Amino acid sequence: MVRIQVLGPGCANCQRLETLAREAVAGLGVEAQVEKVTDMKEIMAKGVMATPALVVNGKVVSKGRVPSAPEVMSFIANVLAEEASRS
Amino acid sequence: MTAAAAAWAAAYIVLHPIANALTYDLFRLSRDSHLGSAVNFFLYDTPKVLLLLTGIVFLMGIVRTFFSPESTRRLLGGRREGVGNVAAAGLGIVTPFCSCSAVPLFIGFVEAGVPLGVTFSFLISAPMVNEVAIVLLFGLFGWKTAALYIGLGLAIAIAAGWVIGRLRMERYVEPFVFEIAVGQLDSRESLTWSDRAARGMQAIRDIVGRVWPFVVAGIAVGAAIHGYVPQDTMAGIMGEGAWWSVPAAVILGVPMYSNAAGVLPVIEALIDKGAALGTALAFMMSVVALSLPEMIILRRVLKWQLIAVFIAVVACGIMAVGFVFNLVF
Repeated sequence: MVRIQVLGPGCANCQRLETLAREAVAGLGVEAQVEKVTDMKEIMAKGVMATPALVVNGKVVSKGRVPSAPEVMSFIANVLAEEASRS
Repeated sequence: MTAAAAAWAAAYIVLHPIANALTYDLFRLSRDSHLGSAVNFFLYDTPKVLLLLTGIVFLMGIVRTFFSPESTRRLLGGRREGVGNVAAAGLGIVTPFCSCSAVPLFIGFVEAGVPLGVTFSFLISAPMVNEVAIVLLFGLFGWKTAALYIGLGLAIAIAAGWVIGRLRMERYVEPFVFEIAVGQLDSRESLTWSDRAARGMQAIRDIVGRVWPFVVAGIAVGAAIHGYVPQDTMAGIMGEGAWWSVPAAVILGVPMYSNAAGVLPVIEALIDKGAALGTALAFMMSVVALSLPEMIILRRVLKWQLIAVFIAVVACGIMAVGFVFNLVF
């Protein structure tokens, strides 16, 4: 189970990133929970100063831009591979 | 990469001959006719501005990969006013920034001890001195006007930020801003040159992809004005003699935002018909620096009194630029 968070106040870019994240988990075929974080305190607590940002299992993988679809896929795959090698 | 650069340069060189050949030979329009001059203007200026835009947006996209909001925050944290205002205005040009993330950026700056006025210098310069405005000014008015715009834009950002700092308006920042705990900020990204080039290409898709319809539409209207509106029509309304045209241009600019790219070609045509350059520059600055959507976003962290002061100070700066320009040129 992957937990993906899209951080941002809800602008057009944040929505694009959320769509990309949903497509990426579908493409990777992993079970995932995609949620939006709009609360400024929570966004800042993650150390994010530029939105939209993408967080995979608590790790900030991208901020301040909308990455391309293949990039989003590789971000998620990288975090999963890292976790697999640690356990 | 070199091939792309060569193709870009070649395209730029053949623009004029091709526009002339199309207008006068293929369409058989006369050089002296209204339609001929309008069509020629459109066929030359549209590809020229779009080519310039693509090139500059790509280069700026690469430059911005060397900066981040986090590194700028580090550079400005604890910096004194004065020097800080100058640094903030300069960094506003090269730091990647979107007005939609003005709130987290503002909180991050305040938390790092960046003085309020210095933060404002950044927030004014970042949208005002942007590559789309600069390219359009360069393409339509020449490099002198573009350079003046950059210099005056920086001057307004520095002065307005300094004034806001002097006014000691910290109590008009929403109190929750000071209570927010900012997490670990880590901006270290290791990028290769091909990563950076990819970011440049992405900037082209994002920015040029968004503004090109406005540019084309604006140049089409501008072309019609060039061809059909008689000389000096605009002198009475937007000319140097009409003092009220500068404040009017600033007020008109506030509600316009994404249309900056479309508005400039029209202005260029109006200037050709007698409108004053200072009035046009003031309008352009107001369109990009005082945008209604950004004010609404900033309202989440600033009380309305501070927003009102911000608008008033920046508007005064822009009007000063407009008046000085109209006097000197």
